[in-house]
Formats: sequence, structure tokens, C-alpha cells
Amino acid sequence: MKHVKIREKQSNAFLVAVSAVVLGLVAGAILMASIGSNPFTGFWFLFRGGLMNIERVGNTMATATTLMLVGLSVAFAFKTGLFNIGASGQMLIGGLCATLVAHYVFLPRPLYLIVLILAALLGGALWGVIPGFLKAKFNVHEVVATIMMNWIAYWSIYYFIPAYLKGPSLETESASIAVTQSLRTPWLTKLFNGSYMNLGFFIAIISVIVIKLILDKTTLGFSLKAVGSNRHCAEYAGIKVNRNVVISMMIAGGLAGLAGLSFYTGYSRNMQIGVMPAQGFDGIAVALLGASSPLGVLFSSLFFGILQSGKGFMNAMTSVPPEIADTIIAVIIYFTATSVLFKRFWDAVLKRQGDKAKKKEESAQAEVKKEGE
Amino acid sequence: MSHVIEMLNIRKEFPGIVANDDITLQVEQGEIHAILGENGAGKSTLMSILFGLYHADRGQIKVKGKEVHIHDPNDANDLGIGMVHQHFQLVHNFTVTENIILGKEGGFLLDRRSASKKIKALSEKYGLNIDPDMVIEDITVGMQQRVEILKMLYRDADILIFDEPTAVLTPQEIDDLMEIMRNLVSEGKSVILITHKLNEIKAVADRCTIIRRGKFIGVVDVKTTSASKMASMMVGRPVNFKVEKKLAQVGRVILDLHDLNVMSNKKVLGVKDLSLSVKAGEIVGIAGVDGNGQTELVEAITGLRPVESGTITLDGNDITHADIRRRNEIGIGHIPEDRQKRGLVMASSLFNNVAIKEYYHSPFSKNGILDADYLREYAQKVTDQFDVRSGEGIFSLAGKLSGGNQQKLIVGREMVADPELLIAVQPTRGLDVGAIEYIHSQLVAHRDKGHAVLLVSFELDEIFNLSDRIAVMNSGELIDVVKTSETNEEEVGLMMAGVKQKDGEQ
Repeated sequence: MKHVKIREKQSNAFLVAVSAVVLGLVAGAILMASIGSNPFTGFWFLFRGGLMNIERVGNTMATATTLMLVGLSVAFAFKTGLFNIGASGQMLIGGLCATLVAHYVFLPRPLYLIVLILAALLGGALWGVIPGFLKAKFNVHEVVATIMMNWIAYWSIYYFIPAYLKGPSLETESASIAVTQSLRTPWLTKLFNGSYMNLGFFIAIISVIVIKLILDKTTLGFSLKAVGSNRHCAEYAGIKVNRNVVISMMIAGGLAGLAGLSFYTGYSRNMQIGVMPAQGFDGIAVALLGASSPLGVLFSSLFFGILQSGKGFMNAMTSVPPEIADTIIAVIIYFTATSVLFKRFWDAVLKRQGDKAKKKEESAQAEVKKEGE
Repeated sequence: MSHVIEMLNIRKEFPGIVANDDITLQVEQGEIHAILGENGAGKSTLMSILFGLYHADRGQIKVKGKEVHIHDPNDANDLGIGMVHQHFQLVHNFTVTENIILGKEGGFLLDRRSASKKIKALSEKYGLNIDPDMVIEDITVGMQQRVEILKMLYRDADILIFDEPTAVLTPQEIDDLMEIMRNLVSEGKSVILITHKLNEIKAVADRCTIIRRGKFIGVVDVKTTSASKMASMMVGRPVNFKVEKKLAQVGRVILDLHDLNVMSNKKVLGVKDLSLSVKAGEIVGIAGVDGNGQTELVEAITGLRPVESGTITLDGNDITHADIRRRNEIGIGHIPEDRQKRGLVMASSLFNNVAIKEYYHSPFSKNGILDADYLREYAQKVTDQFDVRSGEGIFSLAGKLSGGNQQKLIVGREMVADPELLIAVQPTRGLDVGAIEYIHSQLVAHRDKGHAVLLVSFELDEIFNLSDRIAVMNSGELIDVVKTSETNEEEVGLMMAGVKQKDGEQ
């Protein structure tokens, strides 16, 4: 009974997400057709671009890694009723801390990786905990504070990198870190035929599992969710609302910091100045499509990863501009945001089927009764 | 007698339930006709059908003798049917006149003056006492309700439906409303009053239609039918109004308040120099009109609001500045005034809601990991013991429960924890007779276990029924504390208005 119920709810969220994706793809098809391209070839090359060989699959996974971690960060804050729009800044600071470690810390590989991960985690957590603290202490809205923190990170890096981490040739990016100091690892690179695939993917998967466990199984998750869904009731029950806000933003920031780690020391090996990482905002879409659940984020980030890494190939092979992929993502977000409509639709469909089954059962029972008489 | 409204053999089914099963309602011209039924009996569905919000699956509706089909509220308005909803539909920064003419402005230029004149005339005719130029947010809840009534009169409604109109009113405002209803019928209007409060029906209604679980039970003449007869028709079994209780076995002091001062939201003192103690084994009722410092007092004791000065002692521990969790641990249970806002997490399951105060310690969790099996067992125990009914058992979301079941869930959570001091604020607000009876007996049982109970209620009946002592509050001050056996409703009523009896005598 209980398992049936829970499964029903999950399948509902799943149906909503799938409906949004299908409608997003249909909208993309209409757009392609309206600029005179064949939607089928467009989609064929879009998905081939993301999946056609093992190297491209690796690149898709590496792209999805960053989105997964940012999506997890946004989803986690959502659960506590907070909107973390500052994942970009947290990524930058987490990435900067990791890049510093990569340049200056030399240790045996396993120990080195732990230090590297901790550095990114702490950098991101610091950038998340400040808005959390401002919210708890002075009731500064986290949307305002995190956006400002984004720009503080952006300009700090703008000056910090040319001053301390300047590359040999270009003023606008940091010196590349050695491959051996990055998250890339020979066996993965070989396995995926020289793609960007790196250890960050496993960090992301482990993070998904850890966050799922925190939310479902721990007292910390219990109190965070209580604060997120009714802070007045949480306060009444003796849960410290402000402390939970700070903790939630700290963890969300840490996750975005890991996203920075995966992007700046895995996918690429240096940091450019004057770029606000777009993944910080794409992660909001990932969290929305994934219904803010860790497993949902896992799948939606893989899907967005395919679109992101396939759009270049689509553009190269057809006359379809790469912006179509972004448009599809935008339409999907739009439909996910209005998911209430789908939910009603699927609820009605499921209910009708349930009623039918019940009626059948009843009439069958009535017949059995009649026969008995 | 002509019937102004006839609803004949109405049937309405929702998936899974029959909300109205062959219900007949006949309202005579110029009467106040009450519809009595428990929460969920089908009163609101029936009225929604009459008002065009739902369509009946079967049955016939006649207005003034003619068969009609009401498709939406506009049809209902055209037929002269108006409804005062439980939640007012007013624009807060508009004046009374602007609210009333909203949707009936007529023409291109607003003619506020003649509208306001008409409203003033109506107000005088029916004794509504409303100034058409006041802004809604500046007037009391009782006046806002009268604006809703004016809205219907302005639209020439002659059949007025009141949906649980007294839920938001103070005792005086209730009396005023009763008077207004009498004025309305004496001017030829007909009134349908939906309620589950028997004393209101007794006070004002002519006839009463009783429904139970969607079925028509009967129509009675109010004057010749006793309240207990109507109650048993509504619930389906005899109902006990008087709470059975033994003499209080009073023990040591559990809660001690000393010279307490608490700020209200308006940054003035909401509680002034209040001293009061509640002992083990007694129920102390706080009587007073809503807004006289009860909320601030309860929030100060439970830790939701800081104290300006004075001390709060619980079972010998100074908790004046203790955090909420610490107070809960020493032994405060709190049935909050607003169950939707404070009492429950609506989007969360019953088993999470039941554990929300205790999830963090053993046996609910160990080393920060929740024990899901124990959580479910515990929730099962609470919901079984307090008869909380829900579609999916302990996996239901709290928001899906009916109001009565939500309240039973909160009461169950607070009482199973067995607190030394139980603070019950409006514990039966909006509940039907059966549920009220049950919750009252539970509060008395809690007292008889040797615990202290602090009851806050705006209904004097409830205060008198349950309390061993009554503390009366007015404008944040404690007027007096009296033994229930040595006082009466008049004396307490006067104290609620701020008159201190004993001073006068001395």
C-alpha cells in the first residue's frame, strides 16, 4: 500500500517532466520548420552531437557533471524555501580555491584530491553562507544577496587572476594547471577516447546520493524541509529557523563550489576572467525539471548535457542555429514552471483509469455474486 | 405560505463520495432557515449548487415557484440570491462604497455620490450602522461582514445565504448580527443560515433543516425543538453538552507568571504586569474578547515572542528567556490558535507532522538518522488513539485532512507527548459538536492525570464548561481570577468589558 502510493507520486512527477520535455522538443521542431530546416535532421544531429561516439558521450557526461552539481545546489536550497540564484558566484570562488590548490599544492594523488575537493567545497560554502547569514540576521532577501555575491566573485576574479595566476600568453585567463593536477585521469581519458570526461562525474554522483540521504533519512533533512514548507510551524515546534537557513545556504554553496571544481579543474584547466558561468543559471532549470529531487536532478542534468554538447554539432551539420537548443531548454522550463496544468491532466487520466479498473472489479464481483446465487 | 426557494431531491456525487444524497430544502418567504450539519455533512455543497458553483447530478431547483437552472453565480444574483462568504471578498484599500459598487459601476463616469447615498439609506433601513466613506482596512471584522451584507442588498438580493457567519466575530458582534438578520426578515427578505452552532440557531432561526453525511434527516421547528434533540439528529447519537468532570485535585504550581510585560506587533504593551499561576490538576480558562492580549500572552509563555520584563517559571525552572525547544522539553504542549499557520506542515505527511517536535531525539532518531519504522508506528498510535481519519492513513498529507481531523491530529500530537502544561488556544474553533465533545473530554482527562491546562477561548460556554478557575483579560491586563463555581456569565462578561466587580463592592 505504502509503496504503491509513493511510486504513484514519483511517476506523477516523472510524467510532468516528460510532458514538459516532449512539448519543449515539439516547440523546437516548430521553430526549425519555421526557419526552413527539417526538424528531423535537426534533432538527429543534435542528439548525434551529444551521443554518437564514446568521445562525445564523455563530453556530454562532463558537461552534465557541472549542471548536476549546480542543479543539486539549487534544488537543495529550494527544499528549505530558499532561492539560490548565486550558484555562479559560488562556482567561481570554489573554482578559484581549487585552481589555487592545483597550482601550489603537491601531494600524493589520493591525498591531493581530498585537499582539492575540500578547497572547492569550502570556497563555495563561504560564498553561500554569507547570504544565508544576512538572511538569518538581517532578513536580507537571499535573491538580492546572492546576485550581489555573484558580482563580487566576478570582479574579484577579474583582478585576482591577472595579478596572481596570470597565464604565459593571455592576460584574460589563468595559467593552465598540469593535467596531473586536474580531475582528468588517464584511464578515464583513454576509456572515453580523449574526451573531457573526468573524476568530477563521480563526485557529482556521490553528491546526489549524499544529498538524497540527508534529505530522506536524517534529522537535519527533516528540519530543513520543515523550515522550507512552513517556517511558522517549524518555529512553533522548536526548530531554529535561522540556523537552518544558514546551514542550507552553506551546503548549497558547497555543492556549487564542487560544480566550479568540476568545471575549472576538470572540464577546462584554467579560469577566464570576465565570464559569469552560465551553468549557475542553467542549474535552476535543471532543478526545476528535476522537481527539486536529487534523482530528478541526475536525469535532467544528463538530458540538458546532451542538448548543450550536441548543439554545436547540429549547427555544423545543418543550417539550424545553436540557439535552438537554448530555446528548447527555455520552453521546457516554461512548461515545467506551469507544471500544475500537467499534474491536473495526469491526475485526471490516472484517476479515470483507476475508476474504470474499480468499476470492472465491482461488476466482476457482482457477477460472481449473481452466479453464486 | 409560499416557498421562496425549493431544492428538491438534490443529488451530487464527487469521485468516491456522495456529497448530497436526495436532499430537499424548502425555505419559506420571510423566515430565517438554518441548515445544520457537521463539517463535511454536505451543507456547503448544497449551497454551492444553489449559488451556481456546482451543478446537481439530479433534482430540481425552484425559486419563487418557478423551476430554474442556475449555471453560475451571475444567474444566482439575477434571481435575487446573494451569499456572504466565510472569507470576505473585499478590496482592502477601497472605501465601503467603492467595494459595494465594484462590478456594478454602471456607465462611464463613476457616480460615487448617489451610490453612497443609496448605501447610507440601506444601512439605516436595516440597522447596519456603516459609514459608506470608510476604508475597509480601517474597520472591524464585524463591520466588514456588514459591508458584505450591504453588497447583496445593493444588488437587490432578497434571499441571503450566510455561510458560517459567526466564525470570525466576537460575542457582541454575534449579537449585532443576529439583530441584523431579524431586521432583514422583518423587511421581507429571507435568510438561509449555514452553521453548526446550535445556540445561534436557537437564538435566531425559525426552522432548521438537518443533514448528516450527505443525507436529509429532517426539518424541525426551532422554537419547539430542544437543542439536544437537534444535536442528536445532527450527530446521529445523543450528545452531552455539559462536560462531565470531577472536582479538581489541585497540586503544586506548574506555571507561574510574575509581572509579565509583553510587546504586541504594534509596538505597544500587549500584556501589562500580568501575574498568574496554574497548578497541577486544574484547568485555568482565560476569558476575553479576541485581541485583548491573549495571543501575546500565549506566545510569551511558549517562547514565540520575547518578554519585555517579568518572569515565567515552569515547574520550578526559569524559562523567561529559554528557547522553544527547551520549553517543550521541560513540558509545554501547545495547541496553537492558527492550525494552518502554526500547527501543521500542510505539504507534509501525517507521520512527519506527528514527529515535528520530537524527531531529533531517541527513539525517533539515533545519531541524526531518523528511525522511519518508529516514526510510522508512533504516528499510527496517535492517529488511532485520536481517531484521525484520512484517505491514505499516516501517509496522507496534512493539508488533505478536514479541519476537524487536522485539529484532532494536533491535539493528539500534543497530548500523547503528555506535557506538564498544556496550553490550548481555541481548541475547538470551527469544529462540530461530536469533535468538540471529544476534545473537551480529552482536556479534562489531561487535567485528571495531574497536569496543568491553560485554556484560551473566545467562547464563554467553553470557558465555563471546562475551567476550574477563570482569568479575565481586558486590554492586556488581568482583570481578575475567579472560581468558576463562584461566578456567572454576566459577571465575567462585565469583567471582559474591563469592569472590576470586587472593587465596586469594597
